[in-house]
Amino acid sequence: MDASFLFSQFMGGLTAAMFLFLIASGLSLVFGVMRVLNFAHGSFYMIGAYLAWQVVNWLQPMPERFWPAVLAASFGVALLGAIIERLLLRHLYDREELYQLLFTYALVLVLGDAAKFLWGTQQLSVSRPPVLGGGIEIFGTLVPHYNLFIMLFGPLVALSVWLMLTRTTMGRMVRAAALDREMLGALGANVGWLYTGMFALASFLAGLSGALVTPIQSIVPGMDVEIIVQAFIVVVIGGLGSFWGTFLGSVIYGQVLSFGILVFPGFSLFSVFALMAVILILRPWGLLGRPMR
Amino acid sequence: MSERAESAVGMPSRAGWQVPWTLIVFLMALSLPWIGSRYDTFLGTQIAIYSLFALSLNLLLGTTGLVSFGHAAYFGIGSYACGILMKIVAVPFWLAFPAAGLIAALFAAGFGFFCVRLTKIYFAMLTLAFSQIVWAVCFKWNDLTGGDQGLPDVPFPDLGWMAALPGFDRMRIAEQFYVLALVLVALSVAALRRLTGSPFGRVLTTIRENPERAAFIGVNVRLYELAAFTIAGGFAGLSGALFGIFNRGVFADFVFWSKSADVMIMTILGGMHHFWGPAVGALVLTLLNQQITAHTEFWPFVLGTILIVLLFVFPGGILGALDVALSRMSKRRDA
Repeated sequence: MDASFLFSQFMGGLTAAMFLFLIASGLSLVFGVMRVLNFAHGSFYMIGAYLAWQVVNWLQPMPERFWPAVLAASFGVALLGAIIERLLLRHLYDREELYQLLFTYALVLVLGDAAKFLWGTQQLSVSRPPVLGGGIEIFGTLVPHYNLFIMLFGPLVALSVWLMLTRTTMGRMVRAAALDREMLGALGANVGWLYTGMFALASFLAGLSGALVTPIQSIVPGMDVEIIVQAFIVVVIGGLGSFWGTFLGSVIYGQVLSFGILVFPGFSLFSVFALMAVILILRPWGLLGRPMR
Repeated sequence: MSERAESAVGMPSRAGWQVPWTLIVFLMALSLPWIGSRYDTFLGTQIAIYSLFALSLNLLLGTTGLVSFGHAAYFGIGSYACGILMKIVAVPFWLAFPAAGLIAALFAAGFGFFCVRLTKIYFAMLTLAFSQIVWAVCFKWNDLTGGDQGLPDVPFPDLGWMAALPGFDRMRIAEQFYVLALVLVALSVAALRRLTGSPFGRVLTTIRENPERAAFIGVNVRLYELAAFTIAGGFAGLSGALFGIFNRGVFADFVFWSKSADVMIMTILGGMHHFWGPAVGALVLTLLNQQITAHTEFWPFVLGTILIVLLFVFPGGILGALDVALSRMSKRRDA
């Protein structure tokens, strides 16, 4: 086990982590503000991937068609999220958690089958955008440019969302809504549209990550459930609703998974679930989260 | 809500004589192998087993108000325990069956010890996390559980004695197993019903309605919740043991989280504030599944749509909706 091998494991874990972070940050945002655990977040991610593939196919002769596809997929999914929130989810906020959980689970079933119906069950793939087609050698490991781009893009998105939450009026309102929804409404803010906006933003992040993953992973049915389980573990480790917690959770998850394979081959999945259970037992609100009132 | 639950928990009727509905339903179900086709018996077995599974979940969901999103773990543990004992250790069924329930209850007690310390959404997440741990272990531990290949060819119990009974001699083993499963499910359900109506069950309902108040009057809330969790896990294990034999094999997807969601949907569909709601849900969902999968492969789409309609239009489930309809009718009659 030499240094370059360890480094390549580390880089693999980090790329996975930055992807997960993009997805999990949306999940965490929705929980932090709306107190809804959105199982359908993985489905939005999957829809984003399929939409990106679709647009790439439509724009066939264009060389850099990947970028407009990413943009279209993210906005498409944001729109889908906004519609679902406006028409359905909105009416469940004052019901018990059980109903909200089951509603988002129902969405997983419906969206999963809808994707199968529209795009079939065969594997689809998107090629890397030519601009980032190359790679760079670091410590004897070839790291594709695209992976480097993802590793920088993840924290960039984190930073922009964090700045939005801490520095803008909109962000202050979002934080106020998380603390006391009724009070914010009484002060004259339009909480209904604020929630729709947050849900759309979270869906946007899901769609964006789904679109960005297509050059690295092939698109298959079932990727929704696979990713939601991982995103779920990440937010539980870091703290539901905590933005930096989600970042930390993603990094830990990526590294545990990529080094867990070396320590217990075959049981790396077990090790992340076990980590999640231990954290829930000791600190149910996660490493950087705050206890929920 | 509490008033409805009161009548659903079922105190013996104050009137002297009451139609013994449960007995009638049981006898009708029992006659299935003689009056129905092989396929009817097959469906009947599945419905009976799922009823027990859903009823065991409702001890947590409806009675105690605990949202467990990992109930499939105990179903699966029961399945694997019974399957391994019968197939590999060659233990007879009458020993493997109670052992499966006991092992599932032990696991439920161990996991539940941690789960009941948390409330609401955190409770749901920890139950989910434990069930996924069980799934990961079942999926990977090839030597014990067969890993992703599962544990095929779980034998039927030795039912030679049943053939000696009049009327049973021409029956195939699957139909004999149906009769056995039905009787075992009926006994388990009777036990669950006794428990729900007992003072113990009353305390669980109190905890559901107001845990702080229950603690105030001196109830050890965590201990009661743990007891409910353990008992529910045990009965889920018994249903899992029967299911593994019925299914002729035990597979890791028995423990996967979608199974936990399925049983929860059954419970809500039938109505979680009625004792019999989950059984009605199991019946309706199984029949619906069989009808719909004959026409289309998009069963999850249909299930999701049903669930959404249920959540928005009939949050009380089938029995809840019936209740509302009946009370409206009787009000009209009184007026």
